[in-house]
Amino acid sequence: MHPQVIRHVALNVFKESVRDRVLYSLVAFASLLIGVSYLIGQLTAGQDIKIIKDLGLAAISTFGLLIAIFIGIGLVWKEVERRSIYSLLAKPVSRPEFIIGKFVGLALTLLVNVATMTVAFYAVLAYMNTQFSDNVRASWPAPAVDPGMLRAVALIFVELLVVTAIALFFSTFSSPFLSAALTGGLWVIGHFNTDLRNFEAVVESPVAASLARGLYYILPNFAAFDIKAQVVYAQPVPSSYLLITAGYGAVYVALLLTGAVTIFARRDFA
Amino acid sequence: MRWPALVLIVALGAGVAGLQAVHERRGGPPAGTTENLLYVRSPEAMQRLALSYDALLADLYWIRAVQHYGGTRLSTDPAARFDLLYPLLDLATSLDPYFRVAYLFGSIFLAEPPPGGPGRTDLAIALLEKGLRAQPDEWEYAQAVGFVHYWWRQDYEQAAAWFARAADFPDAPVWMRPLAATTLAQGGSRASSRVLWRQILATAEDGWYRNEAQRRLLQLDAMDQLDRLRAAADAFRETRMRPADGWADLRAAGYVRGTPVDPTGTPYRLAGGVVSLDPDSRLHPLPTEPAGRR
Repeated sequence: MHPQVIRHVALNVFKESVRDRVLYSLVAFASLLIGVSYLIGQLTAGQDIKIIKDLGLAAISTFGLLIAIFIGIGLVWKEVERRSIYSLLAKPVSRPEFIIGKFVGLALTLLVNVATMTVAFYAVLAYMNTQFSDNVRASWPAPAVDPGMLRAVALIFVELLVVTAIALFFSTFSSPFLSAALTGGLWVIGHFNTDLRNFEAVVESPVAASLARGLYYILPNFAAFDIKAQVVYAQPVPSSYLLITAGYGAVYVALLLTGAVTIFARRDFA
Repeated sequence: MRWPALVLIVALGAGVAGLQAVHERRGGPPAGTTENLLYVRSPEAMQRLALSYDALLADLYWIRAVQHYGGTRLSTDPAARFDLLYPLLDLATSLDPYFRVAYLFGSIFLAEPPPGGPGRTDLAIALLEKGLRAQPDEWEYAQAVGFVHYWWRQDYEQAAAWFARAADFPDAPVWMRPLAATTLAQGGSRASSRVLWRQILATAEDGWYRNEAQRRLLQLDAMDQLDRLRAAADAFRETRMRPADGWADLRAAGYVRGTPVDPTGTPYRLAGGVVSLDPDSRLHPLPTEPAGRR
């Protein structure tokens, strides 16, 4: 595999997503946060900063999720549909390079999105911080502009990489609609992972319990990436937890990309 | 081609705005009989349905609780009730067990007696105890339980016990133990109530809570003023052998100068020898207090 080729494919994916106006999502994000910051004081009693933090982190996650799924499912399918895959594979681009390049390209798009949304998020918080007295600020569990929230943003990004890899995996052999449904379905199931672990407590059948236990280890555990509530309250999140979770995400991405490459390598475009 | 399209867009836009104005003039949709609904009441179910948005959903339920409380309180509909208040607060605090404001303000909303609130001191205490289970180091929850016993239940022994419990917390302020002692010794007196509200005013983190403490202190001032005015009205009745039928009577007799107003500037009422707070005053209704506890 040639890193130059992967980089070339990745940059093309990034340019295409810019052409597809994916970055418009940033305008929507900024408008949402600014609008909510203005309205929140009128709607609730106290906790404005907490609500803006919750909303900001949830919006970063949701916008990223939508981009990961809806761009991810079209990465391979579009090339096949437009028949540009024939000219691409006729060039010195191997199929693994093509798949990995596509993944890296979308990861780059997500990185730019998440980074920009994070900057906008901190800017809104910095402004809101000026609207409160020292007495009120002292009562918050964490400062408004708390760098500790970057830990949650980092894990959101790793989670988005896993979602991208799932979408890419399905897009190598399935239609966009089915890929979106399967990726979304896996994302939802991935939040019920703990229930699968405790399945033996609610069923009597040892086979069903073992099956659920097996699924618990195989299916992606998306709940593990969610530390939003902890960082908003400045609760300790050990570095070891961050490392293990990021490592888990990286291995899962590698597994899915290997699967995607294997399936894509066997596809016949003749 | 561009101009006709632009003209059409402007015309259709004006049409939409015009129809909306007609809709508004006609009073909107016909009044429905739909009650306020809460589709999911089970905190356990909602925790599962929330996926990774539990904190955000907690915020939404909190905003809904505030809107429900405010909307019902301001409603002129005699059938308006605070039925959804506790379920909404329960959902908010189950989705976010560290939601401090939902426990503290929620308990105030729940304890407020009708018509300003549901008067459910039991649920207020249950909510705060739930907070204590989630955050066993939060002395303010224990203080708030004591406060509900003190202010709304007039159970000064229980109040003192909870203030003493709050004083045992590692981060409790130094004034908590004297407060427990004062409550036990002279609970229910306006002086001890003033001490309590002044402490709350001094430590309140939020504008709403500060305003509420200020309002309660003004209510205590109003109660003192009412005592003096009632004494004047009684004196008038004894000397003139008839009840005063307006402030003009007391002014003419030299008991008052001008028309007495409450601390918010709203005139007090005097009719048939009875002095009372104007129901339109921001301080209405005044808290009840046990006889002989002034």
